Formats: sequence, C-alpha cells, structure tokens
Amino acid sequence: MAFYSTSEFKGGLKIMLDGDPYNIVENEFVKPGKGQAFNRVRVRNLKTGRTVEKTFKSGDTVEAADVHDTDMQYLYNDGEEWHFMDPASFEQMTADANAVGDAAKWIKEEDICRVTLWNGVPLSVDAPNFVVLAITETDPGLKGDTSGGGGKPATLETGAVVRVPLFVQSGELVKVDTRTGEYVSRAKEA
Amino acid sequence: MPARPAPSARTAVDVFIPMPACDDWSACAATPVLRARAEMLARIRAFFAAAGVMEVETPILSHAGATDPALASLSLSGGLSGGGSDADRRLFLQTSPEFPMKRLLASGSGPIYQICKVFRGEERGRRHHPEFSLLEWYRPGMDYGQLIDEVADLVRAALQRPTLPMERIRYRDLFREVLDLDPFTAPLQTLREAAVTAEIPDADRLDLERDGWLDLLLTQCLEPRLGRSGMGFLCDYPPSQAALARIRPGSAPPDDQPVAERFELYIDGVELANGFHELTDAAEQGARFAHDCAERRRLGLAEIPPDTRLLAALEAGMPASSGVALGLDRLLMIAVGATHIDQVLAFPVERA
Repeated sequence: MAFYSTSEFKGGLKIMLDGDPYNIVENEFVKPGKGQAFNRVRVRNLKTGRTVEKTFKSGDTVEAADVHDTDMQYLYNDGEEWHFMDPASFEQMTADANAVGDAAKWIKEEDICRVTLWNGVPLSVDAPNFVVLAITETDPGLKGDTSGGGGKPATLETGAVVRVPLFVQSGELVKVDTRTGEYVSRAKEA
Repeated sequence: MPARPAPSARTAVDVFIPMPACDDWSACAATPVLRARAEMLARIRAFFAAAGVMEVETPILSHAGATDPALASLSLSGGLSGGGSDADRRLFLQTSPEFPMKRLLASGSGPIYQICKVFRGEERGRRHHPEFSLLEWYRPGMDYGQLIDEVADLVRAALQRPTLPMERIRYRDLFREVLDLDPFTAPLQTLREAAVTAEIPDADRLDLERDGWLDLLLTQCLEPRLGRSGMGFLCDYPPSQAALARIRPGSAPPDDQPVAERFELYIDGVELANGFHELTDAAEQGARFAHDCAERRRLGLAEIPPDTRLLAALEAGMPASSGVALGLDRLLMIAVGATHIDQVLAFPVERA
C-alpha cells in the first residue's frame, strides 16, 4: 500500500479518506512562526463529486488512492452496464450506471471516453467535451427563421434533450458541448 | 533619476506583479521586483550602519543542527573530506544563524546583524520556500520592548512607510478577546471545542497536543486579525512555546502566569519576524536542547546533534541581549503587494 506524506500534497494527487478516493483540489501549507505546521486541503470525493475541506497535521501520511485516467472506447450497453475497451490492449471493462453518470446521455458506440479507474475498476466516465449526434425528434421550425433566437427542444439519438435553434430539423446532425449540455452548431459527419 | 511612483495605500512600491507563468528557464520575479529587493536590502544596510550595528557573516553549514522538533534541518552527508564516520562528516544547512551569532556576542562582538540564506526542509507553500532570506540581528543591553520598537523602525525604513502604525497585543489577551478562552489555563477540551466552534475542518478528529491546538487556533482564527492596520506585535507567549526566549516569572494578576519573552510581528495577517529576550543561561539552554531531543525521539524524528559550542559560549558568558529574525522574502512580498512567494523569488526551488 502506498502512502503520501503531507509534504507531497499538491493539486491532482489522489488520496484515500474514510474509504473513498479523493482528488486534492487545493493544498495550503500553514505554519505559525514556531511550532506545529498544518496543511489545509480542499479535496473532491471522486465517487460523489462533493468537495470538502480537510486539515492535516504536517508530517502525517495518508494512503494513496490507486486512481488513474485512461482513454477507452465505448462499445455498447447491454441494458444494465456499459462496456468499454482499451484501444491499445483490447482489454474490455464494464461500468455501472453510477460510474457512467451523465455521460450516458451523450455517448454512442465507438466514442472515445476518459475513464477514471480506481483499483482497476471504472469509477467515473467523462464523455468527450464535444459530441456530434443526430436529432431524432423536434418540432418543425418556422420556415425562413435562420436567426436561432428562441429555440426549441430536440431529442437526440442518445435520448438527451437539448435546445436547438428553430431552423434545425429532425435527422440533422448537431454538435453539443457535453459539459454544459448546450447546442454549439449544426454538423456534417462526426 | 525618474520620480518614484507614489506609494499606494497598501504597498510601498507600485510594481506590476504577474503570477509566475514564465518559461522554465526564465526568472520568476519580474525585474522591477528584483530591483525592489536590491533597494530594500540597501535601505536595511543603511539603517544598521546608522544605528551602529555591525554586519557579520557566519557559516551556513554547521556540525550542529536545529533541535526544534518543528524544524526539519537539511544536511549534506559526506559534506567534509577526510576521515571519520559519516556522522562526523555530515554538515547541516542552517535553519537560522542564531547559534553562531550568539557565539559572536559571547566573543564580544557588540551589536550585530546578518542577511543570509536559511533552509527548512518540508516547508513549501504560498508563503513558504525551503530556502529563504533572513535578516537576523542582536542587541546586547536592549530589552524586548526596546527591540520591538527597533523592529518597527526597521520595517518602516525598509518599506519606506515612515508613519506605519504599530500595536502590541499579548498572546493571552488575543485568545481571551477573540475566542473567550485563556490559552494559559484552558483545558485541552476547551481548545478543541473552540476549534470546532470556529468550524476548522476536521477539528473534531485531529489528534493534537496542547501547543498544537493553540497553533491551530492561532493560524486559522487569529493570525488573519493581526497587523490589519499596520504592524501587529504579538507578545508574551506561553512558556511551552518559549523556543529560545527567557521566561518572565508571573506576578500579580493580570500577570499571574509566567510568560516567554517572545514576540512575533504580523502585517496583514502574515507572520514576518520572531524575536526573543534571549536565553543566556547555559544550564537552561542545555535543558531545552535535551527536551527537544527527547521530543524528537518520542515523535520518531531524525536525531539532531545540539550545538555544544553554543552551550560553551553561554557558559563563558553571553551579554543580556534581545534578538530577532525577519523573513526578507515576505517583507518584499508586502513591499510589492505579492500574494505568492514565487513572485519575489528569482527561481523557486522547483526550477532551481
């Protein structure tokens, strides 16, 4: 089991606290003129996404979390789990709904996703920042409206619903920013 | 010579400080900051020349290290050529020039100051760098209150802020006023409860000793209040935090507790200097070394050989003195309005 001393703390370090993996967001070293030093640390729980503050006595050690990111190709969903493949080793892995989270709304077969592994098991999945998806259903817009003002809801092939300009029609491809869930532009092929 | 820009309300020198986002090889501090450092050093040297205090140099490498369990001395193994064991050949980088400067005082130097680099392992942050510049000076015959006045004058001269106000706050009064507890007598549980009430994260599960709780409360709740409108001198520490200060016995209330004649200077919540009415009693100094070494063993820290030559110097007789060490990088941060120490360093340790 690996351990980190507080002197190794820095943003991005992955540590275990109360059995959960955390990412250090911010580390501040504080010390009075003489005496005990402390590390005031902001950490994000990688399972829940919640950020909390912690105080450590400087010199204390914490267990390292075996967490790393890897790019994997999304293969398919079997109804319960999402299957991914390492494009280099062809090794396959499954992620549950908890790990896939919001990414489920955006990803389709063959997309390359950033998968965060904890002890070799997918902990979270990030969709690509931008995806190109087909519109399966949207109300026909008013003819001649090219301004995009106002907008209307459109259902995408993955089931996600985004607001698109009135001139965008069913069957068209649109580019969406998955971090905000907002329409970016019309698209040709992905 | 071009006219100086008018000083702003907060800073003595108006310099634009970019956040360090430079090429790996290039200077972190902007050239105007490097110049501000050079000019500040010149003003400090002029101040001491006028005050009749002699500049000295003492070794940066020493056979002895700092026994204080809160300090991590860096050492060079095999630092000396020639025979002997590894321990004999090991040299420590100084954490402060205190011991050799006291040996100079005992040798009859009279008032002295030094500007030097000091080294503290495992200290890195917005206001910490493992190698930093220290101004340390000693005033034989001065008491602790007189030295506080001189520190205030030096800072005013260094920052070119002749009217910068100062105030003295006693450690005990600060805790009483802000946290409504007596840091000298409150039980441990009260200190823990105060930390929980102040919403210090993890306060309910931190495992600290008495001084650890006081340090936690001081750094998290009290320091930000110090030196808000100038220089704040925090004085009269608990005897357990005396370090190398004299203990003044308690008398009648409100001075019924013995206190360490130690002070720290804060500006804008930043700790800048630590001073003592210096301990000159060899036996007491030897006892504090022994206590430090026992603490280090108990905490599983590296063993550090105490400076026996300091003890011999005190035995021979060091004049009653007050002394202080002031962090020059932090003073420069205040002078130029920097928020990160890297903004005033030519090359921080990661790129040294």
